[in-house]
Amino acid sequence: MDALQIVFLLTSLVILAASVAVVTVRNLIHAALSLIVALFGVAVLFVLLEAGFLAAVQVVLYIGAIAILIIFAIMLTRRVMQDTSTQTNAMWWVSAVMAVVLMAALAWLFMPGMSPLTFAITPLVPPADSLARLGASFVDPNQYALPFEVASILLLMAMVGSIVIAGEKK
Amino acid sequence: MMSEWTFIGLFLLLAAVFPGAPIILNSVLLGPKKNNPVKNSVYECGIETVGDTWVQFKVQYYIFGLVFVVFDVETVFLFPFAVAYGQVGLFAVAEVILFILILVGGLVYAWRKGALEWV
Amino acid sequence: MDIAKLLNDPVNELAKLLTGLLAGMGLPSALITTILLIIGVVAIGTFCLLLPLFLIWFERRVVARMQDRVGPNRVGWQGSLQTIADALKLIIKEDITPIGADVIVYNISPILSVVAIITMWAVIPFAINIVGTTLNVGALYIVSVGSLGTLAIMMGGWASNNKYALLGAFRTVAQLVSYEVPMLLSLLVPVILARSMEMNKIVGEQSIWFVIAAPIATLIFFATSVAEVGRTPFDLLEAESEIVAGFHIEYTGMKFAMFFVAEFMHAFTVGSLTAVLFLGGWRGPWAEEIPLLGIVYFMLKSFAGYFLVILMRASLPRIRIDHMLDLCWKFLTPLALGAIVITLLFDKLGPALLNVEYARWVGPDYMFARAGLLLLGNLLLGLITLYILSSEARRQRRAAEGEPAADHAAHGGHDEHGHGDEGHGHAAPTHAPAH
Repeated sequence: MDALQIVFLLTSLVILAASVAVVTVRNLIHAALSLIVALFGVAVLFVLLEAGFLAAVQVVLYIGAIAILIIFAIMLTRRVMQDTSTQTNAMWWVSAVMAVVLMAALAWLFMPGMSPLTFAITPLVPPADSLARLGASFVDPNQYALPFEVASILLLMAMVGSIVIAGEKK
Repeated sequence: MMSEWTFIGLFLLLAAVFPGAPIILNSVLLGPKKNNPVKNSVYECGIETVGDTWVQFKVQYYIFGLVFVVFDVETVFLFPFAVAYGQVGLFAVAEVILFILILVGGLVYAWRKGALEWV
Repeated sequence: MDIAKLLNDPVNELAKLLTGLLAGMGLPSALITTILLIIGVVAIGTFCLLLPLFLIWFERRVVARMQDRVGPNRVGWQGSLQTIADALKLIIKEDITPIGADVIVYNISPILSVVAIITMWAVIPFAINIVGTTLNVGALYIVSVGSLGTLAIMMGGWASNNKYALLGAFRTVAQLVSYEVPMLLSLLVPVILARSMEMNKIVGEQSIWFVIAAPIATLIFFATSVAEVGRTPFDLLEAESEIVAGFHIEYTGMKFAMFFVAEFMHAFTVGSLTAVLFLGGWRGPWAEEIPLLGIVYFMLKSFAGYFLVILMRASLPRIRIDHMLDLCWKFLTPLALGAIVITLLFDKLGPALLNVEYARWVGPDYMFARAGLLLLGNLLLGLITLYILSSEARRQRRAAEGEPAADHAAHGGHDEHGHGDEGHGHAAPTHAPAH
């Protein structure tokens, strides 16, 4: 068991624990902070996959922007910051069954002996200039130039839409 | 690349010790502990606290955050392009200028609609 | 031990010495590597905690001289031990936790604030081969740990269970979040010019300092970084007369001291980031051969930046929050976008005009031509911006003078800006007093 595997196992445990905390903790701010821990764990997973850029982007965007927005939203709209309703409703057993079925299906799909798919496990060796290749692929007409431009239109739509919705109260 | 990030990982784990040690020195070891209810009460310009701790709902805080998220994502898209700048041609620069222009259009819209005001 | 090699590459030589020592004691090599890394972490962390002792004294003396007084000069030689005395005083103060405060979050906040600043120093290059680690995404990494600091402020303000702390935290986070946009955009310019995000490579490309090739980006980065720290003129967050010390009202003793250490260290980090990204970092005569000289140049430039931050604090008044946010979104963001567009265009225009390939254009032959062309582009952008600002000011003046009785009705505030060009905006700091 080398160091990489140990780090991966620890990170996965942290992410799982934090995710469970997000949906079960009563205090909403604590739930938001657990979400931040989970997102940070995902950034660590990106580093383990040799994707340093994506790890930095994860922290900048998810933790530095989106988590702050979530915390703003919680603080600005809740007079009482405890979630005092019950944690489950009458149909909880249906969702439990569906979760178990989904987990079994995914496990069957990825288990090497039973699954109908074949996986070739290759070592992960990213090229030295992977970041430059990513950037060049954004603007190459044969690669991702069109999704790049469509992404900007998507961002424009998001901004305009949120301003329209938020502005109705004025 | 892994060894570089290992340094960062160790850094994050150990960095909490540096502020933590003086704080523990103060709170646990050296500081006096004389609690009394007046001292522990929350500060409100010298009078007793009135009402729960909540703030008037102000949508302005949230809108700034929203516009920030959009521009943050835009900038993050531009970083890999900046690294690859040496290898791409003038056409690529035109594409990126189009990208920036679309988002400047969004900024102008936000400006005209008064979303960037602090009322 | 070879003195020449020690001078040339001190960190590696010391590492080899220690490896030999530890291997001689019989430790496995993985453990040795880990121990060396931990020693590096401790070195940088201690530097980050000890430097504020000097910085605080430096600032107090300099601000005092600017205000025509003396500043602390009793404790130790010229008051240099004053900060230690203050730290000793704070460490024996009582730690009061307010009633109803959320204990975990309340305690984590000052620690996270300091951690966010310390971890920035892991990637800042002190000399050509003295750097914590050489990440290939160094510039973005610095921004990402900076955003952890923003989170710490939010948590501190909320956890104190105090209305004023919460309000202060909201306004702080709104300011920090807004100013991160022009900071990121102006950070993009040296990355474009150096074609790499790695901090040491950015310094390596600065045979001519980037402040000459991109003056507008330098100014924007410096101004927005000062706003990110929360220093005057952007220190609405700690304005004692306005929001009663903001988000750290309820903190006492060493926790309060940690917030302050974080702020002063962040102010110095602003100076050193400006030095690394725009002023050539450790570059100087003989810096490549003798790295210790590189450290000296780097510290000199960082302190020059820090001195500028102190000068701004001592001489400028605080600006109002709505003016501050207007400045950010309506002036700095379009200007930063304009600077990026100008850099993108002019840096490709040069090789196209002179018919050289890009690889030669960024080499030492065309160094002056490249810097000159980019400087020209920045001057063009500056002239366009000044023209827009002056015509807008003229229009407002005319509107204010033209109809003195009805000027509140005629001058509708913010909404008749012609916005033809691709990214040039302007601030409107001289509103007719409709606010």
